[in-house]
Amino acid sequence: MNHATLAGEYIQDRERAAWHDNTLWFVRSKRDKAAATLPEWESLRQTASQIKAHTVSKLADFLEEFERNAIARGVKVHWARHAEEHNQIVLKILQEHGVKKLVKSKSMLTEECHLNPYLERHGIEVVDSDLGERIVQLAGEPPSHIVLPAIHKTKADVGDLFHKHLGTEAGATDPNYLAEAARQHLRDKFMSADAGLTGVNFAIAETGGFVVCTNEGNADLGVSLPKLHIACMGIEKLIPRAKDLSVFLRLLARSATGQPITTYSSHFHGPRPGGELHIVLVDNGRSHILGKDEFRTSLNCIRCGACMNTCPVFRRSGGHSYQSFVPGPIGSILAPARDPQKHASLPQACSLCGSCTDVCPVKINIHEQLLLWRHELARLGFLPWSKRLGMKLAGFVFRRPWLYSLGGKIARFVVPKLPRFLVYHRLNPWGKQREMPEFPASSFREQFQQREAKRK
Amino acid sequence: MPSVGLFIPCFVDQLYPHVGMATVELLERAGYTVHFPSQQTCCGQPMANTGCVEETRPLAHKFLELFSPFDYVVAPSGSCVAMVRNHYEHYLHGVPGFAELKKKTFELTEFLVDVVKLDKLPHAFPYRVGLHQSCHGLRELRLGSSSEMMVAPFSKARQLLQLMEGIQIVPLTRPDECCGFGGTFAVAEEAVSCMMGEDRIHDHTTAGAQVMTANDMSCLMHLQGLIRRKKTPLRVMHIAEILAGHPV
Repeated sequence: MNHATLAGEYIQDRERAAWHDNTLWFVRSKRDKAAATLPEWESLRQTASQIKAHTVSKLADFLEEFERNAIARGVKVHWARHAEEHNQIVLKILQEHGVKKLVKSKSMLTEECHLNPYLERHGIEVVDSDLGERIVQLAGEPPSHIVLPAIHKTKADVGDLFHKHLGTEAGATDPNYLAEAARQHLRDKFMSADAGLTGVNFAIAETGGFVVCTNEGNADLGVSLPKLHIACMGIEKLIPRAKDLSVFLRLLARSATGQPITTYSSHFHGPRPGGELHIVLVDNGRSHILGKDEFRTSLNCIRCGACMNTCPVFRRSGGHSYQSFVPGPIGSILAPARDPQKHASLPQACSLCGSCTDVCPVKINIHEQLLLWRHELARLGFLPWSKRLGMKLAGFVFRRPWLYSLGGKIARFVVPKLPRFLVYHRLNPWGKQREMPEFPASSFREQFQQREAKRK
Repeated sequence: MPSVGLFIPCFVDQLYPHVGMATVELLERAGYTVHFPSQQTCCGQPMANTGCVEETRPLAHKFLELFSPFDYVVAPSGSCVAMVRNHYEHYLHGVPGFAELKKKTFELTEFLVDVVKLDKLPHAFPYRVGLHQSCHGLRELRLGSSSEMMVAPFSKARQLLQLMEGIQIVPLTRPDECCGFGGTFAVAEEAVSCMMGEDRIHDHTTAGAQVMTANDMSCLMHLQGLIRRKKTPLRVMHIAEILAGHPV
């Protein structure tokens, strides 16, 4: 189903759509306040963008440097070309260690690879330990936002869900009560887990270490109890030097939630004594994007979600309307790179306002890339016939000034005389909630020429 | 007298001639000779933004040919000027005259502030005005600072409006959120588009605006469509009309 249809369905519950819009606007406002506290904000963005451009320009070298340094620290490094290979690698590691129960902290990469259902099919219990992730996991839904996975759920929704799955009181909506119930529930899961899996926010080539940012400390607990830690990362998560980290950590949480820094920024440099640490480096289409000049900077993305919080379309249509593991503006660039036909409506789910580009902490020209994707999709033949035909017709008229003027004249003469039902009907989406413009007696060109004639 | 080639967006030509006339008045009062190349139709943005590159190309070439002779090219639209300055590159890269065209093409308020250096206006406008900052002018042409960026705040439209006696520009809770027009977006994503528009109107009426204005008639066409359907008591005027002293 295309984005417009799903967005239309979402907006039918106007109250919920307005609530979603206001909730995310509040996050955007917090981001504005946090960014404004740093006089060097714009130069930080510029620096981050340049570091990423540099990294991506020598990505193969940096990846090998990272691998060498990680191995030297006793880490086992794996390479996965695509999602399937990633899932197989993770399963194999888990099976070799006899793991039956796995706790995960937030990882968009494993969403991308559909790791959970894969492991569950192979008899492994998977528990997402980030509160928002756990909520959507219990609901049997994908996350609707990359930083705030359950942002589409109200307190009442969560109360109902926890009543059903965790045995909390029916009708409970108190956030403290519900969070405490989740904490107790997750505590049991942490204690009984055989292995912990995390994502990676930043991997550092020069040290072979990596950093995981969370607000709940769930990554730390998840990998500190069991002996086995698996970290999964897309190959674009790399930065060259440890000192580059300061640039990104300052941008990430401010952009994401308006916090100066995430509550936990956990650094991992090799396995703990007696334990094992595995890193899975995943390509899954990234090197394909790397090869495209116009879309390369989309690999700069640090998954802060700021483009979603600022996007006026995302805020009103909800993350699920995008049907992509990364929704919103950046997702609408990444998704068609994977499957242009399936995601053809996403680059059109945008008014080209450019707010995403201005908010992006690593200066990805998001709205320009969305426009380029429209060109690409039209070239590939994935433009709806109605738009293609409409634009062909408009192009034909606009190339003929006489026809354009005549068409305007006829419309100005005819349309105002038409009965309302001939103008406002189901084939005119403009007129569903809006009046058509009132036609003037004459066009500007006519008025201008009359004036010139009078002057002579 | 320096010459201005007047670039009037196709839908302004056909639907809002008074906006074009207000633009002519402002430019002539500033001492420019205004020409209207009558072979102009559309800059091609609707086709380009839909992805139809080949429908756009001939229009870009025609535009260059028509507007090359003038000292300046001015349009009462940030969006259409952004098409020429920021996106014609795609169609006219390396074509002789294009580099000059880009440099001499201006949005109206930008031209009045940066070239004319207008510092007084003879008319009063004793109304509470809501300024809608159209996205392409704001974020593609940088006619003002956007709320996302941490830079010193400015707005060329506001600077000009404040030259008018008695004007009161009302504060909005979301000073530069998109109205939801977005070209074909307005019909292809009708539900989101209309909700965005309704939210903008609500922000302006809550702030007590009597008149809503913007640099781009396209945003205002969409917003006015919603306003007229709901009979909301809010007047809509293009900024050129206000600056030229047209009555409310």
